[in-house]
Amino acid sequence: MWNYLARRLVIAIPSLLGISLILFTVLAMAPGDPFSELATNPNVPPEVQAALRAKFGLDDPVLTRYWSWITAMLHGDWGFSFVSRVDVDQLILQRLPTTLFIAGSALLLALAIALPVGVIAASRPYSWFDRIANTFAFVGFSLPTFFTGLVLILVFSVWLGWLPFVFKSDLPYTGVQWYWEMAKQSIMPIAVLALFQAASTTRFVRSAVLDVIRLDYVTTARAKGIGSTAVLLRHVVRTALIPVVTLVALQMPGVFGGAIVTEQIFRVPGIGSLLISSILANDTPVVMAVTFVLSCLVVLSNLIADILYGWLDPRISFS
Amino acid sequence: MDEKKIRRLVSAVDKGRVSRRSFIQKMMAVGIGAPAASQILMHYGVAAAQTPYKYTPTKRGGGGPVKLLYWQGPTLLNPHFATGSKDQDGSRIFYEPLASWDEDGNLTPVLAAQIPSREDNTIAADGTSVTWKLKKGVTWHDGKPFTADDVVFTWEYSKDPATAAVTSGSYKDVTVTKVDDFTVKVTFKAPTPFWADAFCGYAGMIIPKHQFAEFIGGKSRDAPANLKPVGTGPYKFVDFKPGDLLKAEINTNYHITNQPYFDTVEIKGGGDAVSAARAVLQTGEYDFGWNLQVEDEILVKMEQGGKAKVRIIKGGNIEHIGVNRTDPNVEVDGEKSSLKTTHPTLSDPAVRAALNLLVDRTSVEKFIYGRTGVATAAFVNAPDKFKSSKTFEFSVDKANKILDDAGWKKGADGIREKGGKKLKYVFQTSINAPRQKTQAIIKQACQKAGIDLELKSVVASVFFSSDLANPDTYPKFYTDLEMFTTTMGQPDPGVFMRQFLTNERATKENKWQGRNYTRFSSKEYDETWEKANTELDAAKRAALLIKCNDIVIDEVAVIPVVYRPSVEALASSIKGQISGWDAQTAFVNGWFREG
Repeated sequence: MWNYLARRLVIAIPSLLGISLILFTVLAMAPGDPFSELATNPNVPPEVQAALRAKFGLDDPVLTRYWSWITAMLHGDWGFSFVSRVDVDQLILQRLPTTLFIAGSALLLALAIALPVGVIAASRPYSWFDRIANTFAFVGFSLPTFFTGLVLILVFSVWLGWLPFVFKSDLPYTGVQWYWEMAKQSIMPIAVLALFQAASTTRFVRSAVLDVIRLDYVTTARAKGIGSTAVLLRHVVRTALIPVVTLVALQMPGVFGGAIVTEQIFRVPGIGSLLISSILANDTPVVMAVTFVLSCLVVLSNLIADILYGWLDPRISFS
Repeated sequence: MDEKKIRRLVSAVDKGRVSRRSFIQKMMAVGIGAPAASQILMHYGVAAAQTPYKYTPTKRGGGGPVKLLYWQGPTLLNPHFATGSKDQDGSRIFYEPLASWDEDGNLTPVLAAQIPSREDNTIAADGTSVTWKLKKGVTWHDGKPFTADDVVFTWEYSKDPATAAVTSGSYKDVTVTKVDDFTVKVTFKAPTPFWADAFCGYAGMIIPKHQFAEFIGGKSRDAPANLKPVGTGPYKFVDFKPGDLLKAEINTNYHITNQPYFDTVEIKGGGDAVSAARAVLQTGEYDFGWNLQVEDEILVKMEQGGKAKVRIIKGGNIEHIGVNRTDPNVEVDGEKSSLKTTHPTLSDPAVRAALNLLVDRTSVEKFIYGRTGVATAAFVNAPDKFKSSKTFEFSVDKANKILDDAGWKKGADGIREKGGKKLKYVFQTSINAPRQKTQAIIKQACQKAGIDLELKSVVASVFFSSDLANPDTYPKFYTDLEMFTTTMGQPDPGVFMRQFLTNERATKENKWQGRNYTRFSSKEYDETWEKANTELDAAKRAALLIKCNDIVIDEVAVIPVVYRPSVEALASSIKGQISGWDAQTAFVNGWFREG
């Protein structure tokens, strides 16, 4: 086990280096530069733009820039935003709590819906409940989040006027009022994200349970006279959920990365909206830091998923 | 200007369409002095100066919060690093210049005691210096007094190349000296008619010496005040999250009595323009919506709720088509559109004149931009005193006639040609729905006149970049025609009109940083501009700059399409000025809620 872990970690290093090199080259080759707005302004002399480019090292060759970036990163220096002129880690830390809250709640809500619905649907396949759940699941993952988000805004904010659609990261309230306002402004983005995730997870849980429920050991358990609920919970779901755990582990980077589209629609100040605004402003150090952290998380979550798998399912060994 | 025109102007002033001040300036431009112009107005019974934004609250504060929504939030709060209007607007809540530009393009004093003038000799008779008297009794948010040292320091800070301030263009060629604690003198290298650049408007915000003195030059990025501004403005800093949120609270020591009215200011960033418009116009969640680049049709619908009003604000944006004078299809020394070539067909004035007649500006305004794009024949459209009297026309018949007369005959494919050269052009612009629609309207008209346009659209981030390796940027101009919006940042076209000078032509040699991307060149133009650049008489200078505009239009160096005012939304209950020539928050100290 420890041997396996060590081996996997050693393999992770070159793959992360490779990812960072590819990311950096792609960003360096991408068109546009952070000071293009200055270029179209006749009041800003071209020397200013040249001085800024020199100051931020944009004129150096790509490999030199990559080398200084990677050595700084290894020292814990995440870089310096061209656009905001602050350290990148500061920007990310400002955004992280909101993203964790919104994307984390959405994931929990999605699981709270998907697990019971998927299990019940699978235990009574082709019943009315199953058909309705299936229909909703298909609708759920066919509708893109920007569409459901806009529909929710139209209904609850514009027509009914119940909920605000601009998310505020610091509400001017305290105590119970704060929780109430926070719930009001978070419910739409969380619901949009959760419904989308719940839809696909429901289908996954249903098929996983359906695979297990027909196995011989389940029939044996029933024959022993164990109640149907107990069979379902103790014998079927425990086995069936092993792949679901993997799926959830692989979704974890998304919790840190936020949801670009949903955050943009509801103006949630999360990592996703930071990423998109940095891409639009050609703020390479921020884009680089966010994408690199996300790729680290993907590599790490993969590892965690593999280890969890072995721990949950004794049939798998690490040798 | 004849009698009829003056009468028309007077009635325009009466109805409030033209401001009193711009009327007086127009009169001055034709040689009628200000007192005489005022008398004309009095004669016709036009009421004396009445500002539409009279500040009525009788005490400071008590107005609650005012909430501003920016779909691109401010990302930094040092005005000398501002990369766009979002940053300028955010900084302007805290920092102030000596004088601000109002919506008519006139200076109003802020940290200056008064606007320099020739009468009291604060503007040197030879135009080489200007003396600013500063307002006394102003304090920074941390309690330190504001003095001439801060003004001199701001100049030192911005002009230092190592600071890499984006405002350095306004400071690098002037010398600023302290006369006494409340007087500074700005000296120019040569007679300068437009003296109101340094310390005015968004490039002129004064920063405190005691906060920034240690962070001049290379250390500029380490200054704590970059993120926690200490200014003289109406509101004090509370909290800032780049791109997301900016909070400020009332400055109870503000230097104007009874101002500001609101207790807190909040700027929320992020999202998109359409939903920002919705949050101000439809749901009223916010009081102000910034730069609402939304189709006018949608804005009109949202406005019907009455919660907020759309403000159409005159500024310096002109959507225009550039006509390439060099050949984009021939490569010379690794460079297309080289100065060593001339365009095979666009060099014929008849072809350019025909193109000018084939742009249906009225339809572009009516069907695409609505209130957000006004059809125009002029390249400089505001302030009024610099607007040319040129008119435009759309006529396929006339265009056909001009081309026939010039010997361009239609071939078998319906495309005109002469001596084996065909009127076939590539017409590029950035990807943006209204631009593609405009391209289609022009292509259709050109087809009827036997000119074939191939439409090309480039991603905005490439088109507007200064990427040397990319052939599709607008300064390279490797096509025959291209369309985009360019901005006159100041209410004075002096700097703006540099872009047609011969020595500003964009080439490989100057890394395409020359402003003259059409590679237009005219001796007459160069001379007229040079004269305007040194002419100290305001009226004569305005006439020269109008002539510059007219040369460009007559020569069809560019074809103006629509003049694009900026579009903002402000809650109906809020009264206040928003100027297109300064930061949008430049007059936020005087905003108040009524009813």
